[in-house]
Amino acid sequence: MRIFTKAYWLQLSSPKAFYPIADKSIPWLIAATILLSLVGLYYAFIIAPIDYQQGNSYRIMFIHVPAAWMGMWIYVVMCAYAVIGLVWNTKLSNMMAAALAPTGALFTFLALWTGALWGKPTWGAYWVWDARLTSFLILLFLYFGFMSLRAAIDDPRRASRASALLALVGIVNIPIIYFSVKWWNTLHQGASITLDKAPTMESSMFTAMMLMTLAFFTYTFAVAFMRVRNEILEKEKNSAWVNEIVGSDK
Amino acid sequence: MKVMRWLVWRDMTLALRRKAEVLTTLLFFVIVVSLFPLGVGPEIDMLKEIAPGVLWVAALLASMLSLNRLFADDYVDGTLEQMIISSQPLALLVLSKVLSHWFLTGLPLVLISPVLGMQLGLDGDSIVILMLTLLIGTPVLSLIGAVGAGLTLGVRGGGVLLSLLILPLYIPVLIFGSGAVDAARSGLGVDAHFSLLGAFLVASLLLAPLGAAAALRISLD
Repeated sequence: MRIFTKAYWLQLSSPKAFYPIADKSIPWLIAATILLSLVGLYYAFIIAPIDYQQGNSYRIMFIHVPAAWMGMWIYVVMCAYAVIGLVWNTKLSNMMAAALAPTGALFTFLALWTGALWGKPTWGAYWVWDARLTSFLILLFLYFGFMSLRAAIDDPRRASRASALLALVGIVNIPIIYFSVKWWNTLHQGASITLDKAPTMESSMFTAMMLMTLAFFTYTFAVAFMRVRNEILEKEKNSAWVNEIVGSDK
Repeated sequence: MKVMRWLVWRDMTLALRRKAEVLTTLLFFVIVVSLFPLGVGPEIDMLKEIAPGVLWVAALLASMLSLNRLFADDYVDGTLEQMIISSQPLALLVLSKVLSHWFLTGLPLVLISPVLGMQLGLDGDSIVILMLTLLIGTPVLSLIGAVGAGLTLGVRGGGVLLSLLILPLYIPVLIFGSGAVDAARSGLGVDAHFSLLGAFLVASLLLAPLGAAAALRISLD
């Protein structure tokens, strides 16, 4: 099988080889997103039982927690792409890093926003300055910094390299966010789902949360691939294969 | 070592020929702190309450505003390029530049802070703690800032962009710096805060010059 060879994977780092894959996978990713989120929301609103303490308000968790995970995870993935771009100078990884940043910022904002809406009925305040919330707010600022540094530099090569370095500096924040509920006495609760223990929640809630996470995941890649697709077309507009694609669409 | 001493001496000499620029940072710090009693009202209890935060935020802004000049002059006249192609390790040269920058901007802030602390009604012990936190904290600010200054070198709207990049990274120093003074004011132990600030200083002394050197290489590519 061609797919198991190293050469197959390495050639994917060229925009020309990657373009058709991104192009073809986008409809599938969108379909998966719609399906997963419909089933996930069905689980979240119909099947999952009412919480005995928080009533129905806890249901925002099914958006809040996956969004927060994605906010952090996308930063790590973005940083990995940026570092690959910095070290091996691959065009595509820089494009991927840039394409992921807006979605990461969106999920981070969503996590903060839903957290505020959840905090009001349960804590009695939209916002508290606790370690988890503050470090997450910093994450949002880091995304903004990454995007604006990229936008401010005209030379694309310098822009990618400079923003990659910035992303690398900012990654110290990720473990701080992750462990903030352990290191400090925060109002934000600790994790209910960890890798080494069984989740401390009803199994239908767990299913709903996992489905929503998968839906966010496929969404992230769908929109990132869309942005990369545009970016490739713009960057490679003088090459023959792009002219062929664009020409045939007309 | 000799190169470092030479570079620090050169930067200090250059800066002291234009004393006004050094004084601007200091005056900015004084003016910002003096604005707060006028803004929130002169009740001494409230001022005491907010003093650590106000002094720290003002110090942070003052040191950030001066960062633009860290590499800008050398960039314009080409000295920076000569430094990059010189046989000395660039990280070491960056460290010397940061050091002289701190002597000219951070240290004056530390020295003037007791006066401003008294202005805001802090007691003697808290003022000593404040000076110590600023003494440990402001070098961290200069070091982290050097990375941002390197990245934004010669970029359109670099000054505003620099603050967007650097201020989020300053937050931990701000939290533990002003936290120590707060803890001292309410009679709690300050050891934990000082340990963390010290850790920030050691970590940034090790990593920030390397990061800033990489940033300069990217900017001058």
